[in-house]
Amino acid sequence: MSEAVSALNKAGFDGLARVEECGLQGMITLRGDLDTRAVKSAVKAAVGVAVPGVNQVTLAGETGACWMSPDELLLLCGHADAVQTVAGLSEALAKSHHLAVNVSDARAVFRVSGPFAREVLAKLCPVDLSPGAFEPGMIRRTRMAQVPAAIWMDGADTFRVVCFRSVADYVFGILKAAADADAAVGVF
Amino acid sequence: MSLRLRDQGRLIDRSTRLNFTFDGKSFSGCEGDTLASALLANDQMLMGRSFKYHRPRGVVASGAEEPNALVNLGTGGRFEPNQRATTTELFDGLTASSQNHWPSLEHDIGAVNTAFSRFLPAGFYYKTFMYPRSFWKHVYEPFIRQSAGLGKAPQDRDADRYEHFYFFADLVVIGGGVAGLQAAHVAGEAGAKVLLIEQTAHWGGRAPVDGGEISGKSPEAWVAETLAALEAMPNVTLRRRCMGAGVYDHGYVLAYERLTDHDPDSAGPRHRLWRVRAQQIITATGAIERPLSFAGNDIPGVMLASAMRDYVVNYSVAPGQRTVVVTNNDDGYRTAICLKQAGLDVPRILDARETGGGTLMEEARALGLRIDCGRAIGKVQGGKRVTAVQVCAQNGTGGALEEVPCDAVAMSGGWSPVVHLWSHCGGKLHWDAAQAHFRPDAARPPLGRDGKGFVRAAGAANGALQGALADADSAARETVSALGRKPAKTALPEVAEAAEAPLEPVWLMPADAKPALKAKSWLDFQNDVKVSDVQLAAREGFESVEHAKRYTTLGMATDQGKLSNINGLAILSDALDQPIPQTGTTTFRPPYTPISMGAIAGEARGEVFQPVRRTPMHDWHEANGADWEPVGHWRRPYAFVRSGESVHDAVMREVTNTRNNLGLLDASTLGKLIVRGPDAGRFLDMLYTNMMSTLKPGRCRYGLMCSENGFLTDDGVVARIDEETFLCHTTTGGADRIHAHMEEWLQTEWWDWQVYVANVTEQYAQIGVVGPNARKVLEKLGGMDLNPQAMPFMAWADGQIGDFDARVYRISFSGELSFEIAVPASQGQAFWDALMEAGREFGVMPYGTEALHIMRAEKGFIMIGDETDGTVIPQDLGLNWAISKKKADYLGKRAQERSHMADPDRWKLVGLETVDGSVLPDGAYAVAEGVNANGQRNVQGRVTSTYHSPTLGKGIAMGLVKHGPDRMGEVLDFPGTDDKVYQARIVDPVFYDKNGEKQNV
Repeated sequence: MSEAVSALNKAGFDGLARVEECGLQGMITLRGDLDTRAVKSAVKAAVGVAVPGVNQVTLAGETGACWMSPDELLLLCGHADAVQTVAGLSEALAKSHHLAVNVSDARAVFRVSGPFAREVLAKLCPVDLSPGAFEPGMIRRTRMAQVPAAIWMDGADTFRVVCFRSVADYVFGILKAAADADAAVGVF
Repeated sequence: MSLRLRDQGRLIDRSTRLNFTFDGKSFSGCEGDTLASALLANDQMLMGRSFKYHRPRGVVASGAEEPNALVNLGTGGRFEPNQRATTTELFDGLTASSQNHWPSLEHDIGAVNTAFSRFLPAGFYYKTFMYPRSFWKHVYEPFIRQSAGLGKAPQDRDADRYEHFYFFADLVVIGGGVAGLQAAHVAGEAGAKVLLIEQTAHWGGRAPVDGGEISGKSPEAWVAETLAALEAMPNVTLRRRCMGAGVYDHGYVLAYERLTDHDPDSAGPRHRLWRVRAQQIITATGAIERPLSFAGNDIPGVMLASAMRDYVVNYSVAPGQRTVVVTNNDDGYRTAICLKQAGLDVPRILDARETGGGTLMEEARALGLRIDCGRAIGKVQGGKRVTAVQVCAQNGTGGALEEVPCDAVAMSGGWSPVVHLWSHCGGKLHWDAAQAHFRPDAARPPLGRDGKGFVRAAGAANGALQGALADADSAARETVSALGRKPAKTALPEVAEAAEAPLEPVWLMPADAKPALKAKSWLDFQNDVKVSDVQLAAREGFESVEHAKRYTTLGMATDQGKLSNINGLAILSDALDQPIPQTGTTTFRPPYTPISMGAIAGEARGEVFQPVRRTPMHDWHEANGADWEPVGHWRRPYAFVRSGESVHDAVMREVTNTRNNLGLLDASTLGKLIVRGPDAGRFLDMLYTNMMSTLKPGRCRYGLMCSENGFLTDDGVVARIDEETFLCHTTTGGADRIHAHMEEWLQTEWWDWQVYVANVTEQYAQIGVVGPNARKVLEKLGGMDLNPQAMPFMAWADGQIGDFDARVYRISFSGELSFEIAVPASQGQAFWDALMEAGREFGVMPYGTEALHIMRAEKGFIMIGDETDGTVIPQDLGLNWAISKKKADYLGKRAQERSHMADPDRWKLVGLETVDGSVLPDGAYAVAEGVNANGQRNVQGRVTSTYHSPTLGKGIAMGLVKHGPDRMGEVLDFPGTDDKVYQARIVDPVFYDKNGEKQNV
């Protein structure tokens, strides 16, 4: 197999926050009835975490599960493991109606970190990102300026942003502008 | 003359001088000045000219309500017209120029309009420019356009940056005067998350100027103390230079923060637009003083009384040495007292009330000021400056009793609460007859989703001109309760303020002013609307306030009638002989004052103006001569242009090379939707016009999708992956739309069908490997078996090509031997490189969308968006073969059975071939005999696609023609816009390789 590269090949920027493209991330769209034992145990077996509640993420290191909609999860795994994980899910869920598909390369992932990370994202997303309102363990599918995105927190000052691969350049551009060193809002 | 005083000036720092220019002339001001105060300090009374009559105008107010002192500010990329001098903070190096005059502010030719003003009454334009009709386009409109508009339009790209910020709060308090501070304090103490915003650079509003005592302290000290308390609260956010621009449904508030206007060379964004969601809103926006309508009230030197004391107290600037004060209320006396105490002359206080005022009048009298009650200004003398006033009786026609020389006039007509933000989202107003103003009607607030009010007005904005603090306190306590919190038990600060005698409404001065005086009594200073204009509008039947507004342009200037509206509608009411509440107000619309276009655009400019979608090979295309074509938000190479080659040459080369050797197409943008589930086949049978459920795994089928109305909306190749799984290709622009279309049907209509859909468009880089050498290059890379037996036409398979995991579809949109190969997007560029490298010996060249278009047209394949335009059904395109007759239903089936859809006269697809080999103009119509009811030539068809075919060496086209397929060989006339009539013969739309031998090898 040829060497795989992510949309921006880990480009980075330092300003109010550190913005970096995370490189390759395994991602799987799983659609099914999230309340069933079959899905719960398939998810646990695939990525080692429980099915998250509404607007929540369950993370375990580099793997995890993100709630996307009442019948959809985004599972996180190693990029090289995605094909195998999809196969495992399909086998485990063979008897229940579901859809498991590798979308690792359809997305780009960014990390936005630093004390002003909340403000940087609050310039682009119509989401209450104040401390207390948005904390690790939560996820929001939202709008980032003019494109869809999903955001969650890896830690106190660190966000993960997932967008479509084709607009990675745009998202990096708006994150850089929002993270301009002279553009602090100073409210969070 | 106006000048800088020795004392006072609470907002300026005399030790820091700032240099600036106005109309090219150099001036200097102090740190803390506004442009208006600095100009006044330099005796520059004349600041602009009015819109219609080009009357000389000076500053009349001291804040956001200023109608006159508008300037062109800045130069180049920082140029901006119509900036109010009163809200422009002075900075070193500021450049401003006055507006609406030619050749200069001092000598303006347009001022001749004022001499003809009786020929320019209300509605003049409507009446005059009607006839003759042909004059409108060539004479009137160009003339009006020439003279329309106040400032100049910017010429250069904006040099600054802007941004948005999303914020959520329990309570937004708009206005940082004492009422707003008190409200924020009460709510902050109760633990609510509060955002307090103030449009100016200073907290405290008017209180520090107007005096009195709060909690036994000067207002200034109380403001500082309260501010310190608020700053210490982690739940309270304070922003200065941040205007509440609009209040909308669901507690949405727009706040406009001006970050660097006062210091343009500092780094960072210039404006920030706060997009706030608030549970509750308090508008503590204060009140605006009303002018009085007397003849010559627009002459430079006539000012609002409150503004005059603002200039003295805040900036130590006296607009005049001898000021006549004219008032209908007690507040005007404050200005007289302030001026006297600053050592300036106040030769007369004219109080329109026969009985005069209360304690403030006594105070003024004690200072030795002469007070004339029941008196009015009949007329102000002067041109570019006030020289004197004629004093008359208020209850008269304006006969002059005496002339008092002076160089300034302070007028006070009472106060109107700033109800704009209360009103934006539907808050209703109540006419307060005692104070002669509209104020918020607390019983009819803007209502939220729960049917309860979510906006409260506080302080002067609520009509509490006296007792503002107590009013704000109670509004805040109510709000805190509405938030489900308990207000803290803090005592209300004690306020000492002078008791005031009631005002007497004065809408015209003198009350029975002669017509000549009314024609010089300005209501709207910026748009030059006079008392006589509103009265004329009433006489001519414009009885609705909204009609009168548009007819006279009252309140339609950039200040949106902040000073003029109440006076204007009072005059209208009087003319209609009806009470003011019956006339009502015009609608208050956001923004409160104009906000910059940059702030609205936010980050959307330059490189990130719009998201551009890029395929994994985008950079390679860019580096290899791509001439880009936007397709949806994608950019696709139209052609790869080599040096020394035109775009047309490149397209011809790409077609020829693909037909003879090997072409590569980046097809990654094509939509790819996975449709999976036990009901997937049944679902696709409903979505496509043809049968998909019978497709065998491993095979592909071309399908058409129609809307419910039967019109062709998308097409593409469907591959069956396994028993339950299909992969549907859509057009490039159709992926998101068709995905949504599928979800909509699954979620709303067929919610019990077991089908899941996922959009995997971007997971793959998809490359068309096309041409006679296509198989050779793939076999050279090695891997899976691509022989016709293993991989026949319209088959697909997963496998390896070279080092790559690939899904190969043997489909052809060009008529050549063709494989579309999907690899993971992360390896797309590597795969492209491998194909280019391996293909060198086979004559590989990338080709763009135009070559793709030409090759599909040579084969007679339709293109969604060319042959379809939302009015075309598959039957029009001869695609009956792709419409299943076995199926009971599919989306669009019933619509296609309607009589008009089944009409044999519908235009149908044919090929068109010019007689002389030239290229038909795109979109050209085929004319028929005769003319239609509009006298236009009848038509019988139109061109939908047209190209020069390098393969056939002539122009080819497709078109829709009435009875077209039955008229093979007929020649039609297509008049072009170049005066040439193109003649084209109706032919079969398949121009090339009719038997499909080339693709089937």
